[in-house]
Amino acid sequence: MWDYTPKVKDHFLNPRNVGDIADADAVGEVGSLACGDALKLYLKLDENKEKIVDAKFQTFGCASAIASSSALTEMVKGKTLDEALAVSNQDIAEFLGGLPEEKMHCSVMGQEALEVAIFKYRGLEVPDHDAEHDHGHAYPDYEGTLVCKCFGITDAFLKKVIADNHLTTSEQVTNFTKAGGACGSCIPKIKELIAEVLGQAKEAAAKPKLSNLKKMQLVQEVLERDIRPMLRADGGDLELIDIDGDHVQIAFRKACAGCASSGNTAKFVEMKLRELVYEGLHVQEVSA
Amino acid sequence: MKEIYLDNNATTKVDEAVFEEMKPYFCELYGNPSSMHYFGGQVQSKVTEARKRVADLLGASPGEIIFTACGTESDNTAIRSALEVLPDRRHIITSRVEHPAVLTQCRNLTAKGYRVTEIGVDGAGRLDMDEYRKAIDDDTAIVSFMWANNETGVIFPVEEAAAIAKKNGAQFHTDAVQAVGKIPINMADSKIDMLSLSGHKLHAPKGIGALYVRKGTPFRPLMVGGHQEKSRRAGTENAAAIIALGKACQLAGEFMEAENTTVKAKCERLENALMAAIPHARINGGGAERLPNTTSIAFEFVEGEAILLLLSELGVCASSGSACTSGSLEPSHVLRAMGVPFTCAHGSIRFSLSRYTTDAEIDAVIKEMPPIIARLRQMSPFGREFLK
Ligand code: FES
Repeated sequence: MWDYTPKVKDHFLNPRNVGDIADADAVGEVGSLACGDALKLYLKLDENKEKIVDAKFQTFGCASAIASSSALTEMVKGKTLDEALAVSNQDIAEFLGGLPEEKMHCSVMGQEALEVAIFKYRGLEVPDHDAEHDHGHAYPDYEGTLVCKCFGITDAFLKKVIADNHLTTSEQVTNFTKAGGACGSCIPKIKELIAEVLGQAKEAAAKPKLSNLKKMQLVQEVLERDIRPMLRADGGDLELIDIDGDHVQIAFRKACAGCASSGNTAKFVEMKLRELVYEGLHVQEVSA
Repeated sequence: MKEIYLDNNATTKVDEAVFEEMKPYFCELYGNPSSMHYFGGQVQSKVTEARKRVADLLGASPGEIIFTACGTESDNTAIRSALEVLPDRRHIITSRVEHPAVLTQCRNLTAKGYRVTEIGVDGAGRLDMDEYRKAIDDDTAIVSFMWANNETGVIFPVEEAAAIAKKNGAQFHTDAVQAVGKIPINMADSKIDMLSLSGHKLHAPKGIGALYVRKGTPFRPLMVGGHQEKSRRAGTENAAAIIALGKACQLAGEFMEAENTTVKAKCERLENALMAAIPHARINGGGAERLPNTTSIAFEFVEGEAILLLLSELGVCASSGSACTSGSLEPSHVLRAMGVPFTCAHGSIRFSLSRYTTDAEIDAVIKEMPPIIARLRQMSPFGREFLK
């Protein structure tokens, strides 16, 4: 038996906003009978077509699918479309006081339906169903190539979920998306995707896109806060001369100037800057 | 809230008489049955009596019964033993709808170079005997088919399958965990070499099982160590549980006729009433020969876990055929092997009765189920579309 929070139970036993809206402005549908869960979401907007004034749902699925749908409708009411689009699957899970990891795909489904509804309403491209998606597609509205045939899930969608939720194992991916939960033949590919996303994340962390200005600010900050006080404590000091691209020029002062091991000190400064500002920096000692 | 327990294929309540029988063997008569002194001796004689009682239920002789810890241990022991005594044979036959105790083990053995054939079933869950006949050859060491399926209750023709195995020089094992105590079994005139049973499925406690090994069948133990169980299963006997299993088997034998009349009638009444009251439902395994206590019904357009939790709110305990509740996300391997359409498999519910199930309980479920299904279908986008 699943360990559900009281809030999940409440929204399952007393779901809010069940049903349809005959004159809905936006309708989003995801999932299928084959997958074991599906959600149809109806949104009604105010006169200015800005705010969501009503939301209703129909769900085929387990207790957490029903609770997630109920939670979603409660969460988006009163929001503008843009605000609603910002609702993530983690927000839905949080609203419910958490979901078992095996059931996170239910919250993903809610977020998906919302996206589909709003995209469609705005006339944005919701790509055609892939011909291969004939026997069950939880998330048909994503571009990319099909990875999990059993559930019709594409690489683009998987990468998004992996990145958004910081997933690191194929089991987690199955829990969040169902991909890999049936025949399992897509699991190697899922593992590749995880590696890819992790790799990208690392690269991104290694090379934050810093504007030159930001870079200079950060370098100065680190020098003032982390490095100069240490040097001063030993009677030394340094001065920032120039920053040119990734090259930081410094000059040693006081005891550090003319110290035999100032090469080491420069290395230390470079290490600190790389750690705290950005991997690609080079420190040069100049005599100015 | 008084619970209505209709999940007896998962586990059963320990019969009061069984509990009474085992009680003295914890704090008073706690001797080791292997000890030479009188204190162990009185436990030993009770274990001997239990062995006889288990054997009687199976139409076997006491020397053919080995006590184990559970059905899984019995299954594992049987298959490993056969592979060891027939080392030149590298082929295993089983079915696609076995319990994981058999299926997982066989699949793991492929990593050790064994060839495994999983025989399929038809839409009603019946074993494909033609496929089996074609698959068996003189490389087959062991054939392992369950006697009755835990989810659908469908009964396999194990006697016939055993005869085919013997003709090919293979050993035949049956996982009879769900069958023992529910349908008459007589090993005396059978070709089955080994049979597994589990105590907690027939009102004995959890943690006790037995393996029947036909006299004269070459055997290798899985557990080695001391000389317990004539060196066929080392480890100090779980005396109290063995004694409980003996009593439970005795009671099951006495109750066998009622199981196949009274319990069966209740189960059929439940099934018929639900089928009559709820449209778009179908019986998984309908048309096949089934256990008297089991019915698995697929309710289209709704999902099993949601049904189970609503039932559970009313105190009704059943089980779902979509393995959603067990952590995996797909309909059970049994329903998939039967080709049950996805639309049905997700909403399958198994009710399994016992001798304790009352008519009032059946009435309550007959009353509670239709509104639950209606409520969920009302909520389901498919229910509304298809049931218009
Ligand atoms: S292809 Fe993904 S589980 Fe079968």
